[in-house]
Amino acid sequence: MALRTEFENSSDIGVFAILTNSYCLTAIGGSEAFYSVFESEFAGQDNNSSVIPVVHTSIGGCRIIGRLAVGNRHGLLVPSNTTDLELQHIRNALPDNVQIQRVEERLSALGNVIACNDYVALIHPDLDRETENIIKDVLKVEVYRQTIAGNSLVGAYSVFNNQGGVIHPKATAQELDELSSLLQIPLVAGTVNRGSELLAAGIVVNDWTAFCGITTTSTELSVIESIFKLNSNQPSKITSELRASLIESMT
Amino acid sequence: MEYISSGENNQGANVQGKILCCGCGSLIDPNPLNQCAACLRTHIDITENIPKQGTLFFCRNCERYLNPPSEWVHASLESRELLSICLKRIKGLKDVKLIDAGFIWTEPHSKRIKVKLTVHAEVSNGIVLQQVFVVEFTVTNQMCDDCHRHEAKDYWKCMVQVRQKASNKKTLYYMEQMILKHKAHENSLGIKNNSSGLDFFYSGENHARKMVDFLQTILPVKMTQSKKLISHDIHSNIYNYKFTWALDIVPISKGSLVCIGKKLQQNYGNIAPICLVQNVANVIHVIDPLTAQIAEISGSNYFRYPFTSISDPKQLIEYTVMDIEIIKDRKQFPGQGPISFKHVVADVWLVKSSELGINESNIHTKTHLGHLLKPGDSVMGYDLRDAVINNADFEKLKNENIPDVVIVKKNYGDKDKRRRMRKWKLKHLTEDVGSSSDIGNDYNEFLEDLEEDEEMRQKVNIYKDSRKQQIPVDVNDMEDPSCPQITLEEMLDDLVIDDVDMGNA
Repeated sequence: MALRTEFENSSDIGVFAILTNSYCLTAIGGSEAFYSVFESEFAGQDNNSSVIPVVHTSIGGCRIIGRLAVGNRHGLLVPSNTTDLELQHIRNALPDNVQIQRVEERLSALGNVIACNDYVALIHPDLDRETENIIKDVLKVEVYRQTIAGNSLVGAYSVFNNQGGVIHPKATAQELDELSSLLQIPLVAGTVNRGSELLAAGIVVNDWTAFCGITTTSTELSVIESIFKLNSNQPSKITSELRASLIESMT
Repeated sequence: MEYISSGENNQGANVQGKILCCGCGSLIDPNPLNQCAACLRTHIDITENIPKQGTLFFCRNCERYLNPPSEWVHASLESRELLSICLKRIKGLKDVKLIDAGFIWTEPHSKRIKVKLTVHAEVSNGIVLQQVFVVEFTVTNQMCDDCHRHEAKDYWKCMVQVRQKASNKKTLYYMEQMILKHKAHENSLGIKNNSSGLDFFYSGENHARKMVDFLQTILPVKMTQSKKLISHDIHSNIYNYKFTWALDIVPISKGSLVCIGKKLQQNYGNIAPICLVQNVANVIHVIDPLTAQIAEISGSNYFRYPFTSISDPKQLIEYTVMDIEIIKDRKQFPGQGPISFKHVVADVWLVKSSELGINESNIHTKTHLGHLLKPGDSVMGYDLRDAVINNADFEKLKNENIPDVVIVKKNYGDKDKRRRMRKWKLKHLTEDVGSSSDIGNDYNEFLEDLEEDEEMRQKVNIYKDSRKQQIPVDVNDMEDPSCPQITLEEMLDDLVIDDVDMGNA
């Protein structure tokens, strides 16, 4: 299920939020509306607990946490300008099995230079070797230095979860094939927020939920839902994944 | 083989991936807005600021279109010229790039012209959109300036300005009557009255020239010509001028007293310097009132040695003749010019009519009107003793050569009475010349002159005044035989235009 939301009249929600399979970070806004969208989506059976924690935070005093930090189910990388207080706050709020690591990196907008799911990450070709190692260790992913459609900001121009991904609309068919074989997930070239190619700014996604900017059209939304496999009972799923087990049970 | 395969690979790398249009979901090539043309068109209108309706002004008479601000051009329907006019009328085309323009056929009687335009414009982040739209023009009728002038009969090309720069305007009245008699004004488009003369307007140069020639034959005039360039076509070498002839009539009229310069005196048989203007026709007729010597000064001589009047009929004073003595033997001198034998030189003794019975001393002078006067008659004359005269030639004269009084004419009774008795009228070129409201003294005197001068009458068409009855048929029928009047024989019926010479009847 993909939801449309906005942060203080801005459609670029990916700038103000980080979403993974184990936690969600949102920026501190003037109103609680943005936060409550996530909160209500991840509310648990009883009112006190939620499926994953939704955490208010800032990074280095900035609200653009989605562009500054990057993470997955295993860990979270924050830039060097993150204050100790913020680090402490995040560490307290996140589950214990999530590793948090401050990265000394020249390209400090980690969200723009790193794109990852729980198994694999694409990074900016100019990133430090040391940072690459940290990514490998903390996020527990395979790391590939890549560009997307001539852009080295792979974090800004691609979004993917463990089931699929959307990349820059100018990506060629060959590039799509390459990346999808690299990531081992299906990819599609697409847009968000009515034709915007800044995908990471428009979408935050984990394995079962996606949030899009409020201006995202229904076409874009349907592309996003289908590639991220958010509709649990798609006909394609019956024919592909459930087919074998159905046939098996019948025999 | 490898080379080809590598080429194929390169081609494959360049194959653009297709994306779904964010608006409608159709498969398109990615573009900066990532939308298909149809979706773009729904929410971006680059022709927003261009009005889709307009007005064209069309002159029905000459079938031309107005090309603002003031040019009128011939343009057939669906022509290139018309398209340029239409495009000029569309505002806001500067913000977009015009790619194509053409007409959509419309019924000519519909008074609608549809122009189909293709424009390019840049919308956000460098994306250029092309759009096709139609602008509808309504053709509105408006008469162009040229047709307007034509309708108002204001299409003159040549003008003849006739001016007399003098206070005594009798010559102008005479000229008017001559023009009427000879119908010289027939081809003029319009005649305009001016304070010091008349303007005649013509459509063509030859008619105007004819008028100028006519005026040159009837009056001594000085002519200057000027032309003004109105328009010209450098391609065909056609120049369009407006011509103006300025005719300056000699500033002298009948009844004025003039002082002739030395040179002219010698030219005309040593005539006396102070002369009376008898008549201005094609030459200026002057007479010396003391000796009845006459001279006919031509226009060219006048303009070579010009002179001005020293006294005008406004300054005439009434005198009464106390005694008259005709001079039998006139003194002549060698080299003297012609002498009028119609006139009789006489010694007269006068008293101002206003001082009659008060002043006993008679004024002595000579007159050329001896044949008309008898003691007790009233005459009009100029008083040169008391007059203040500013004239260079006059100031050179010795006092003994200046007569005290110059008698101009015999006075035939009260002016108002004569006007009431007048049972004829003249025609006029324009309504406002000498109309009843502003009959000036000059005009009245001109009419009196006509009554007194039979010769002058022959050059003028005189009409019966139908409002006044009992016109004397013969000289014998006149109520007051002493007062000169015009008989019915000499008059024409109004509306009857007759050129036969009736003056001798």
